[in-house]
Amino acid sequence: MLSIEFLLNALIAGLLLGGFYAAMSAGLSLSFGLLDVVNIAHPAFIIFGSYLTFYVNEHFGFDPILAGLVFAVPSYFLGVAVYRIYYNCFEKTGAESLRGLVFFFGLFFLIEVILIITYGVDYRLVRAFYIGKSTSIGSVGIAYRLFVPFLVGGMLAAVLYLFLTKTFFGRAIMGVAQDSLAVQLMGVDPIRIKTVAFGIGIATAVIAGSLLIIIGPVEPTIGREYIGRVFAVTVLGGLGSMTGTLVGGLILGVAESFTSSFFGPSWALAVSFGILLICLAVRPSGLFGR
Amino acid sequence: MSKERKLFLIVAAVLIVGSFLITTQMENRFYYKAAYVVLQYVVLATAWNILGGYTGYVNFGTAAFFAMGAYTAVALIKTWKPPLYVLLVTGGLVSGLLGLGIGYLTLRLKGVFFSIATLALAVVLQMIISNWSYVGGGAGTAILKPRSVPLFSNYDEFLFFVMAALAVVSVAVAWLIEKSWIGRGMAAIRDNEEAAECMGVPILKLKLFATTVSGALMGIAGAPFSYFVVYIEPTSAFHLDYAVNSLAMPMIGGTTTWLGPLVGAVLVGTAQQIATVTLSSEMNLLIVGSLLVGFVVFAPDGLVGLFGKIRARLAGREA
Repeated sequence: MLSIEFLLNALIAGLLLGGFYAAMSAGLSLSFGLLDVVNIAHPAFIIFGSYLTFYVNEHFGFDPILAGLVFAVPSYFLGVAVYRIYYNCFEKTGAESLRGLVFFFGLFFLIEVILIITYGVDYRLVRAFYIGKSTSIGSVGIAYRLFVPFLVGGMLAAVLYLFLTKTFFGRAIMGVAQDSLAVQLMGVDPIRIKTVAFGIGIATAVIAGSLLIIIGPVEPTIGREYIGRVFAVTVLGGLGSMTGTLVGGLILGVAESFTSSFFGPSWALAVSFGILLICLAVRPSGLFGR
Repeated sequence: MSKERKLFLIVAAVLIVGSFLITTQMENRFYYKAAYVVLQYVVLATAWNILGGYTGYVNFGTAAFFAMGAYTAVALIKTWKPPLYVLLVTGGLVSGLLGLGIGYLTLRLKGVFFSIATLALAVVLQMIISNWSYVGGGAGTAILKPRSVPLFSNYDEFLFFVMAALAVVSVAVAWLIEKSWIGRGMAAIRDNEEAAECMGVPILKLKLFATTVSGALMGIAGAPFSYFVVYIEPTSAFHLDYAVNSLAMPMIGGTTTWLGPLVGAVLVGTAQQIATVTLSSEMNLLIVGSLLVGFVVFAPDGLVGLFGKIRARLAGREA
């Protein structure tokens, strides 16, 4: 039973899943990790993205990844609008800790309920030519429904990394994260930077949503399972580090894959919360923390 | 005993006796079921507020404490079917201990991390219960109600009376805490934990007290749940609705006083019961969600705060 092939298969599946987890958490790493906006509704935006993708795939036969990229643009503006409300109502008055948290929790719940009302609680899935096929290297099988999200997710993390380190705006975001006042003295409006960063965070969430529905069928309430996962990856990776997010995602993916191979899939969910609790207790700044 | 405290105790006693008298008069079972749910939310919202409103630690895991109370009761019913008061006490004890554990987490986890930890607790406990076949596992189990109970014509009326008494007791507990030095210490923690510690407020003791009392009350509210629903399964006992409602109700009513969660739970709870019948259960969740976000954005002090503001403005105009 316990053969090398079995372990290798679990490892590969975990790594592929991990790449996707990194894509899911990248946006949160930006908004929460760098800018301290506790966007607990992040997974809800991911599920929202899945449903947008499902809609255009079902009715117009759009490719899921293309749909995710197209919808990323309007979702950016959605993110900007959400941050504006958050800033004006909570951050400006310094009431963000308790009420801001409740605000995002309410938003999470609202998105979930609206999706239930519009689409019901049935599982939805998308069609694309690469879903359902797989290839194998030696005895290790690679399913395209995991491999494609892994690729796109990895690219997303890479693009975000380049954006943060190489462009003016990206550096400004890092600047706001490190010392908001100093950035302000340099003539940059930190609120505008934060708005842009939050918008990008939501846009990546919607792209991650299109990847999620490629991996498997989606229903409105699975968002809560991902709260633990995205926060575990973000914290484990060190808040705000893109390299850390990628590594954190891979670790979580492999750990979950092994857990579900050895103990059954129903225990996989405990892994993310376990990692999160251990990480917060032992090393809150994460692996690649500042 | 101060005059205010005497008055409060008299009102509490009148309410408990009154709810008993209602059961001798009214027949329609639906109203008892609906009232039970509303009263259960009075307990949950008040319990949530002791930690969330007074101390400022946002608990997303109400369902965990509630369901631990419910499942402790299920385990006991499966073994030797003790009377209800034993279930209430043990349910409260188990969830209180759970609350104490969560309280120690506040040493390291602040803000959003504490909230996520409570959410994690709910998810992990649900998973454990789903894999524990003695209490029904994921599929759930049927619980037989006792056939009769003295003084009451049926068990639903008895459960309604029990929940009414629990609601009165939990509001009284919140009131006592708020009016004592404990409540003032908690408010200090909420406003600035470091400053409170510097001023000599025993913050760890108070936080442990808050999480324990809050958890215990939620567990007590959950203990009669299996008798109420007759068929109990993890998804319904751990439902996210409990977390959202018990947080939304104090937010809508106002978090800093004992009155806020009471007003919020009665208004929102009743509105939900009406909406479930006339519209659909999804629509009632939409209403709660919108109200929650709306109140947090536009009226952060809730209905009680809003009312106070209006009264202050009217008084200003008269003067």
